[in-house]
Amino acid sequence: MTRVYVPRDSAARSIGADEVAVAILTEAALRGVDVELVRNGSRGMLWCEPLVEVVTDAGRIGYGSISADKVGELFDSGFLAGGEHESRLGVVDDIAWLKDQQRVTFARMGIIDPVNLDDYEAHGGLRGLRRALELGAEATVEEVLASGLRGRGGAGFPAGIKWRTVMQAPADQKYVACNADEGDSGTFADRMLMEGDPFTLIEGMTIAGVSTGATIGYIYSRSEYPDANNTLREALAVAYDRGLLGADVLGSGKSFDLSLRVGAGAYICGEETAMLDSLEGLRGMVRAKPPIPALEGLFGKPTLVNNVMTLGSVPAILADGSAAYQAYGTERSRGTQVFQIAGNVERGGIVETGFGVTLAELVETYGGGTWSGLPVRAVQVGGPLGAYFPADKLDVSLDYESMIAAGGMVGHGGIVIFDETVDMSLQARFAMEFCSKESCGKCTPCRIGSVRGVETIDKIREGVDTANNLVLLNDLCELMTDGSLCAMGGLTPMPVQSALRHFPEDFQR
Amino acid sequence: MTSRHATWSVEAGQQVLDSMPSDERLILPALQAIQHEFGYIPREAVTIVASFVNVSVADTHGVLTFYHELRTTPPAPVTVQLCMAEACQAVGVRELAQDVATAIAPLGQRSSDGSVDVVEVFCLGNCALGPTALVNERLIGKVTAESLVRAVATAREGVNA
Repeated sequence: MTRVYVPRDSAARSIGADEVAVAILTEAALRGVDVELVRNGSRGMLWCEPLVEVVTDAGRIGYGSISADKVGELFDSGFLAGGEHESRLGVVDDIAWLKDQQRVTFARMGIIDPVNLDDYEAHGGLRGLRRALELGAEATVEEVLASGLRGRGGAGFPAGIKWRTVMQAPADQKYVACNADEGDSGTFADRMLMEGDPFTLIEGMTIAGVSTGATIGYIYSRSEYPDANNTLREALAVAYDRGLLGADVLGSGKSFDLSLRVGAGAYICGEETAMLDSLEGLRGMVRAKPPIPALEGLFGKPTLVNNVMTLGSVPAILADGSAAYQAYGTERSRGTQVFQIAGNVERGGIVETGFGVTLAELVETYGGGTWSGLPVRAVQVGGPLGAYFPADKLDVSLDYESMIAAGGMVGHGGIVIFDETVDMSLQARFAMEFCSKESCGKCTPCRIGSVRGVETIDKIREGVDTANNLVLLNDLCELMTDGSLCAMGGLTPMPVQSALRHFPEDFQR
Repeated sequence: MTSRHATWSVEAGQQVLDSMPSDERLILPALQAIQHEFGYIPREAVTIVASFVNVSVADTHGVLTFYHELRTTPPAPVTVQLCMAEACQAVGVRELAQDVATAIAPLGQRSSDGSVDVVEVFCLGNCALGPTALVNERLIGKVTAESLVRAVATAREGVNA
């Protein structure tokens, strides 16, 4: 019996992984060969999906970019024994693109069957939760604090401080709310973890619950992610069935209940306080802070709000200790970031590595330049609210402080590459248009400012009184930055002003 | 053409609500449950949801109009959600949207035969393999107007089956 892996990740499925899986089973039956097919998560090398892996004595051998009509050929070339074929990539763990990464949060990604808890445990799963239960609440929170872990959703707030605040808050009920509303274009790490290794998120949330005293948790996901939601529901059922969740977490006597909630298409619900309103079933309106959610969050109770990547990093921090996690990264940006290379890119996918990698390394060394073959012109880092960098300024180090110094932000680690055909005034216009469509409407700079921004950029694009309208646009950007209630209106100027700064020629007609 | 959804009635709507778990008896989950079952949220349902959750009709209506995805009219048998966000813009989705307008329907509109709604969305999480569309619940990467038309035909068969 030979074991064959074909990813169930929705990116792999979007380009034919299901058809490949069916073809392999059909062909095997036809030839009378015994094949055990496992649907794993994706390794993150999205440029060679669908990636078929075969378990051999030499390791897992990969065959990249397989389509269903190539499956017959694969059997002919003896791929079940690791045979030669033009698509053969060798031992997957030895592929430089993968091997040179520092996989911590994504350590099991693409390796295990996502909904098989035994497979999860066999690959180091649940060690973190077991250690947290031994350590007790305070020592666990200290470990998270010592790791230097900062919020991976974008804001970069020290996770341990948030955890301690919730732990110390007296209340009859506390909550853990995982922000899985990954709406930033160019980001898909949360989705991949939920589809490819959901127990890591469940374990991270359970550690958060038992150490902060929160007995109820919610994962707030997106309706745009049907596959991730289905996989999570499957994993949650297994976790309850096996006593990882419920009234007696792993026999510790501690209780933690976790369920999935799905949004309804509103980018703003990725803002933590809007998400809390949405979790309460209301319009996703941003709340003024203070009070901070750690003290008055969901239903007015102390609530730990963290992103999928933040909570997903916790099991590894607890399992191997804060010092091991601290060893990655640079200065005040400790640990690893799961970068996502996207857009017009030759080799797109997931690169998890310590903070301090340069943008150029990700775009050129990993990304291999553009998919269109044309020169790179602009790279947007950190989602629709992140800055555009020109091709000659990609030597910036990707860590929280360096990115701020360079006029940008790491955000959720999404990197979107554009070739030379991009019209940056159109991209600036889109930033304002997106804000006008997705603003919750609570504060004026965001709600009205974004509409005025679109109008002003339209005038500039038409060459109407350009010099004065550019002054007006910059003035509007400053007002939105300073006067908005949350990051939606406050950061929309970042892509706009970076486009103005680095690509002024696109605004002169 | 058969539908992938149940036919609305007040009784059927009430049944859907009554079967909801107690911690989900909130405005948004209640509206989502109705839409999941019937494909849209009929006017009558707003009143029923309001009294079920014990809030005003105005509050319920406020939630209904806030979320892009909640709808007050029945959907076409097939919904195409085309990602129009930056990562897909970088690989030509603006041009693709024009081809889709000719081949199926413009963004925000229904095809002339009434079988397909084309909707704009921002990010389907397939940003390294764009342009991307979601056809009912099936994600299609590296999508072209031709592959989208094929996917729509497959989805239509699925609905009719």
